Amino acid sequence: MSFRTYAQVTGGDTSGLAEQVGRQRARVTERLRDVKRVVAVISGKGGVGKSWVTGALTRELARLDFSIGVVDADLQSPTIARMLEAKGPLVVGDDDVQPARGVADVRVMSMDLLLDEERPLRWASDPGESHAWRSVAENGALREFLSDVRWGALDVLFVDMPPDAQRLADLTMLVPDLAGAITVTIPSLESRRSVARAIRVARDLDVRLLGIVENMSGYACAACSDVRPLFNGDAGASLAKEFDVPLLATIPFSPSPSDAVDAEVRELASKVAGTLNLTAPIHDAATQRVAASSIQPQALGPKP
Amino acid sequence: MKFLCIECDEQMSFETREQPGDGTFAAAFACPKCGRRIAMLANPIETQLVSSLGVRIGGRTLDEQPMELIRSSVAGRADAFVDEKDKASAPTHARPQWSAEATERLARVPSFVRGMVKRIYTEYAVDNAIEEITPEVMDRARTELGLEGM
Repeated sequence: MSFRTYAQVTGGDTSGLAEQVGRQRARVTERLRDVKRVVAVISGKGGVGKSWVTGALTRELARLDFSIGVVDADLQSPTIARMLEAKGPLVVGDDDVQPARGVADVRVMSMDLLLDEERPLRWASDPGESHAWRSVAENGALREFLSDVRWGALDVLFVDMPPDAQRLADLTMLVPDLAGAITVTIPSLESRRSVARAIRVARDLDVRLLGIVENMSGYACAACSDVRPLFNGDAGASLAKEFDVPLLATIPFSPSPSDAVDAEVRELASKVAGTLNLTAPIHDAATQRVAASSIQPQALGPKP
Repeated sequence: MKFLCIECDEQMSFETREQPGDGTFAAAFACPKCGRRIAMLANPIETQLVSSLGVRIGGRTLDEQPMELIRSSVAGRADAFVDEKDKASAPTHARPQWSAEATERLARVPSFVRGMVKRIYTEYAVDNAIEEITPEVMDRARTELGLEGM
């Protein structure tokens, strides 16, 4: 017995699975039509404060009147909704779901809005062997965060990625015209090695590296205003040099409101706005000064 | 995925699908030439994989619902979603009524996805000028819309 190939059997595929997947992708593209830029925030390592940086950056840009949204792609450990004080329930319309609104009107979608308090992400049907389907389901959830949320017109939609560097490939599959990625590290050598891997993944995917943020770059002493060493290493500067990308900010750690932290976050927002060619909103110079003086990134709470 | 009738060398046509239980997914195909019918049975893991892709074997009979995969698959909080129409307190007099039996059956749907399921049945009833949603209407909608598992 010999069989014809799939293509040689010329009748249509009644399931049309490829077409169904194609429509899913098209739905993402259509939904993001009015989003000017999609930017991934990556690290390749957990515990570097990537979500904190994302929260502080988005809040800062939103306070400058840019239209900002955030997708929390860290489905297993979602934190961004809480950081931005975004709450549910999510309102479902005929064709989409309204995003939650956080501080400074940042639009937010996060698994944190959907799960019971302190409960992990669980799938209603779990027949076992989850290694075979879990990442597919998670990718589907990320797709729906992008395609089914009424994002509207945004200057930037940030995607706070999970530590696993390879998940960036899932995002580029859904959003091929990613504007770029911001990489977050802490100063240590261990972080440097992990983040370097993530940067190489981004390079392999032809994702533009917008720059590096070194977080927990010293300890900002509340008593004396000094910034003292916290970790050994200079991962931010050395990664920036090795990969020839800008070092966007070196943000110190502070458990309490800190001018040093605020200054670095403002600097970060300014550089990101410049790198992305964000057009300044309609404010005149005087209004801009008022807006700048009212920025309080420390209101996000202590850094992790 | 294509099914071929070996005897006739004809591509078989999709007929129907069902989830008979235990996570099994069943789809029936028939040869348009000789009428031979076959059933494809997927084990629970295969069913879960296809479901996770957000696709439908046999093709879609209903437009994708907002966050369909998440709302039907994530074991989340009961109050995570609220229907825009419910929130707006839309007048209910023009909408079909739910019989006690249908309401009871709807209550057995996991709360996370109940709103979506209710909306689908309601829209089916509106489209078909059905004034009362009964279990029979739900069964008919399931068959016509391909809502296995709902």
